[in-house]
Amino acid sequence: MEPLTLIVATVVLGAGTFAFRFAGPVLRARVTLSPRSERLMATAAVVLLAALVAITALTDGHEFAGFARPAGVLVGGVLAWRKAPFVVVVLAAGATAALLRVVGVP
Amino acid sequence: MDRGLARDIGLVCLADCIVGISYGAIAVGSGFPIWAPMLLSLVVFAGASQFMFIGIVASGGNPIAAVVAGLLVNARHLPFGFAIGDVLGKSWARRLVGSHLMIDENVAFALAQRDADRRRAAYWACGIGLFVCWNAGVVVGAFAGTAITDTDAFGLDAAFPAVLLALVLPALRDKAARLPVAIGAAVALATTPFLPAGLPVLLALVGVLAGIAAKEPERETEVAR
Repeated sequence: MEPLTLIVATVVLGAGTFAFRFAGPVLRARVTLSPRSERLMATAAVVLLAALVAITALTDGHEFAGFARPAGVLVGGVLAWRKAPFVVVVLAAGATAALLRVVGVP
Repeated sequence: MDRGLARDIGLVCLADCIVGISYGAIAVGSGFPIWAPMLLSLVVFAGASQFMFIGIVASGGNPIAAVVAGLLVNARHLPFGFAIGDVLGKSWARRLVGSHLMIDENVAFALAQRDADRRRAAYWACGIGLFVCWNAGVVVGAFAGTAITDTDAFGLDAAFPAVLLALVLPALRDKAARLPVAIGAAVALATTPFLPAGLPVLLALVGVLAGIAAKEPERETEVAR
């Protein structure tokens, strides 16, 4: 690809992404939201993040990610639910997936 | 900000730095000029869309398709901005810079904090930390080449969802959030096999509608009384 095309594509993607990011903070400052809609927005963010967890834990592209990754995330999730420290949760999730792969689990 | 929170954010920054190294290496390895992954990281600063962009272009896809796919993946920042927009601060400088630093991890860190001061501190510390570490990682990866390309071997692919899960779990202790989250995650997973990346995550928002619908009758009876 031509360098100029690559630069233009990068800048357009960056500008569009910035517009997505910037719209919320700016529009929010102009309107006063009811406590109910505030709660709704927070719920929406939680729903998006949870959906992201489900997708990134279980799928890779359009396919199933294999067993090692979801198993690691599950171990992390159980530890987090039992209120284990964040560092333990993250390292246990990564180590579980890595170890399962060492023993040949996809 | 206390040391515990700083340590947690530091760990996420370290993990993202390693992913950044692999991203830089993969981009250069698949034929991109050395500046391309760095420019993308500075200007776009959203890992999933950057991987998507270089993947499509490297496989001979057209740049417009790569941009559209990247934008679709990044559209979730719009609802994120509405949810945590007041955390950024009131001045225009803070809004401009804070918006560019908005990413899954610092939104999740902000949402997981109880009071406003901690929310702001977590958002900014995580945003700045990730921006520095991600870009530094990309530079290292772009120059070092194939040092780290398979981050799956370290289980880093499991660490990212685990990070978000740990940060989202406190919100799930609130029963009102559980139905919307369950429906949202189910819809996202069910549509992932056949929809382009980014869209399934956005479709998860129907879960929020379900939450409203579930609450509405209760309100009506209150009014009727």
